[in-house]
Amino acid sequence: MNTPLKPNDYSAYPDANGRFGDYGGRYVAETLMPLVLELDRAYQDAKADPKFQAELRNLQVHYAGRPSAMYFAERLTEHFGGAKIYLKREELNHTGSHKINNALGQILLARRMGKTRIIAETGAGQHGVATATVCARFGLPGFVYMGATDVERQKPNVFRMNLLGTEVIPVTSGTGTLKDAMNEALRDWVTNVSDTYYLIGTAAGPHPYPGMVRDFQSIIGHETRSQLSQLERRLPDAVVACIGGGSNAIGIFHPFLEDESVRLIGVEAAGHGLATDKHAASLTGGRPGVLHGNKTYLLQDPEGQILDAHSISAGLDYPGIGPEHSFLNDIGRAEYLSATDEEALEAFQLCATLEGIIPALESAHAIARLKEVAKDVGKDGIVVLLLSGRGDKDVATVAAHLGRTI
Amino acid sequence: MTARIDARFKALKGEGRAAFVAYIMAGDPDRETAQKIMNGLPAAGADIIELGFPFSDPMAEGPPIQKAALRALKGGMTLSGTLAMAAEFRKTDNETPIVLMGYLNPLLNRGFDTFAQDAKAAGIDGLIVVDCPPEEADPLADALDEAGISLIRLATPTTDDKRLPAVIRRTSGFVYYVSVAGVTGVKEADADAVKPFVERIRAASGLPVVVGFGIKTPERAAAVARVADGAVVGSVLVDEIAECIAQNRDPVANVLERVNAMAKAVRSIKADGLKA
Repeated sequence: MNTPLKPNDYSAYPDANGRFGDYGGRYVAETLMPLVLELDRAYQDAKADPKFQAELRNLQVHYAGRPSAMYFAERLTEHFGGAKIYLKREELNHTGSHKINNALGQILLARRMGKTRIIAETGAGQHGVATATVCARFGLPGFVYMGATDVERQKPNVFRMNLLGTEVIPVTSGTGTLKDAMNEALRDWVTNVSDTYYLIGTAAGPHPYPGMVRDFQSIIGHETRSQLSQLERRLPDAVVACIGGGSNAIGIFHPFLEDESVRLIGVEAAGHGLATDKHAASLTGGRPGVLHGNKTYLLQDPEGQILDAHSISAGLDYPGIGPEHSFLNDIGRAEYLSATDEEALEAFQLCATLEGIIPALESAHAIARLKEVAKDVGKDGIVVLLLSGRGDKDVATVAAHLGRTI
Repeated sequence: MTARIDARFKALKGEGRAAFVAYIMAGDPDRETAQKIMNGLPAAGADIIELGFPFSDPMAEGPPIQKAALRALKGGMTLSGTLAMAAEFRKTDNETPIVLMGYLNPLLNRGFDTFAQDAKAAGIDGLIVVDCPPEEADPLADALDEAGISLIRLATPTTDDKRLPAVIRRTSGFVYYVSVAGVTGVKEADADAVKPFVERIRAASGLPVVVGFGIKTPERAAAVARVADGAVVGSVLVDEIAECIAQNRDPVANVLERVNAMAKAVRSIKADGLKA
C-alpha cells in the first residue's frame, strides 16, 4: 500500500463513515448499528448546540477545575539538560486525570438522549472513577466493567467507584484486563439496547466514539496553545504524551496537527521490552486489524487472534490504539516511541523526587522519553509533557516492584 | 450461486417444514472430535451446518460459545484448520450446506480474496460475520461474490423498516434473524415475538429467514420452526461438549443425541410460511 499523503485539513477526519484514512469505521454487531448511528446523530446535534457547549464549559470550569495548570518543571529541565520542560497538569483535574473531560461531555449527551443507565469499561480505574463521578453528579446508575486482574492491582480506585455509588463488575474472561472489560461492556450494550448509554473512555471503538472522545479531550490541546502563547509567546517544539488507547494524547495533539513545526510524540508501553511478547505497543509491535468496532493497529498473532498486552500500568494494558493515531502514524504526522516497565518506574520516582509530583504510571512512560526528546529539541526549545493523571492509585504497585511492603 | 443452500430450502419447502440448523465450533474440543461430530450432523437431523471459526474476542457471544472458542484455540484450531474440516466433511457429503460463522479479523488477516477462494475450494456455501455490518461489508462481499459464496446477513430486533433494505442488500441464501437483543445463549427466544419480524424480512428479501440466538429446548425449536424457515441451535450443543468433558462422557454421541432430539422437534412441525 502507498503511504497516504498528509491532508490539508485535519478537521475533515473522521469522514462521514467514521474513517481516518483507512482506519476507524463501525465494525459492530448489527444489533448495535442503529445505536451507533443514533449516537452519531445525537452527538453532531449536541456539538452544534451552543446550550450544550455552554453547559459543558460551565462544568469544566466549576466542577472539574479547568483550565488545568501549565507548569514550568525547572528541576526536570535541569535534570535532562535540554529543552525547557512544561507539564500540562491534567492530574490536577477533579478525579485526578484527564478522563473527566470526556466523562462530562458524554454524560451530558447521555442525558440529552434520554438514556437512564450508564455502562463503561476501565483499565487503571481512572475512567471508571470519572464515570462513577459523573453518574453520581447526574443521578444515573453506573456499571463499570473492569478486568479481574485490574480489580486486584487497582483496589483504591475500585473502592472509590463504590463510594460514588457505581457497581464494579469484575471480568474474568480472557486475561482479565482492559480488552476483556471492553468485550463485556459491548455484550452488556448489545443486551440492553433501549435504556443504556455506553460511555467509552478512550478515543477508540466504533464511530462516532474516536472523534467524539477526541473532541472532548481537545480542550487539553487548546489550553496548551493559549497558555504557552501567554507564557512563552510561541508554540512548543514538541508535545509528549503516553498512549494506551490514546485519548489524552489525541486531545493534546489534535489542536497542533496543522502546525507542522510542532513534533507530536506518543509513548507506548513497552512492558518487558519490545523484543519480548510482554508489551502493549500496538503501533510499534502490531499491525492493522479489526477489534472493538474499529480498524486500527492491533497486537495479534499470525492467525489474526488478538494477543494479550502487558504493561505495569493498567491504563496502557490494551492491545489496540485509537484509529486516529494509526492514521497519524502512517502519514508520519506523529512519532510513536515506547518505554518499558523499568523505565516508567524510574521516571515515576524521578518526577516525585525532583518536582514533588507523583505521576500516574501511565504518564511516567511519557516522562521516561523526555531523556531523548529534551536533548533532541535542545536548550532553546520547549517541550510540553502531558501529565495525564496522578499516581496515588499506583503507590501499591510501585512499592511491590521496589520490594517494599506498605 | 449458493446452489446447495437454495437446493436445500427448495427441498424443505417440498416437505413443508423448516430447516434445523446446527452450530458447532471448529476444533471444539479438539480437531478429531469436532470432525466426528460434524460428519455425524446430517444423519442426526441437521439440514444446514453452521461451522464457527474461533476468535479470541467474540464480543457477541455468551459464555458457552466464548468458552468453546477458547477450547478450540487452545487446541490449535485456525481458519485454515476450519476450512480443512469442511473439506474433510465434503468427502462424504456434497449436499448439506456449510455456513461459516465468526468475526472479521481472522478473515482480514488472511486477505478477503485468498480466504474466499480457499473457502470455495473447501466447499463452503455461506459466511456470517458478526462484526461486519453492511456499512463495512463491500470489500468482503466483492471477494465472496467472485467465489460464489453467500454473505449471509444478520437482522435483529433493532433493525427497523428504514434500515432493513440496507441490511439485506447484496445477500443471498437466507437471512439470519437474531431473535433477541443480546449475546448468544442467554435470553430465551419467544416465537410469538419473532413471527412478525420473520414475515417482514421474508417479504422484503424474498429469502428464507432462519432464526437463532436463545433456542435452548426442543419445544422452543419447534415453536420457532412453526413461524420461521429455520431454527439455529448452538450454545446448547457446545455446552453439551463442555459437560461431556467435565463428566468424562463421549461428546460425539451425546452432542449428536441432542441434535437428534432438536431436529425431531423441528421436523415434526409444519411450518406456517412454507405450507403449499
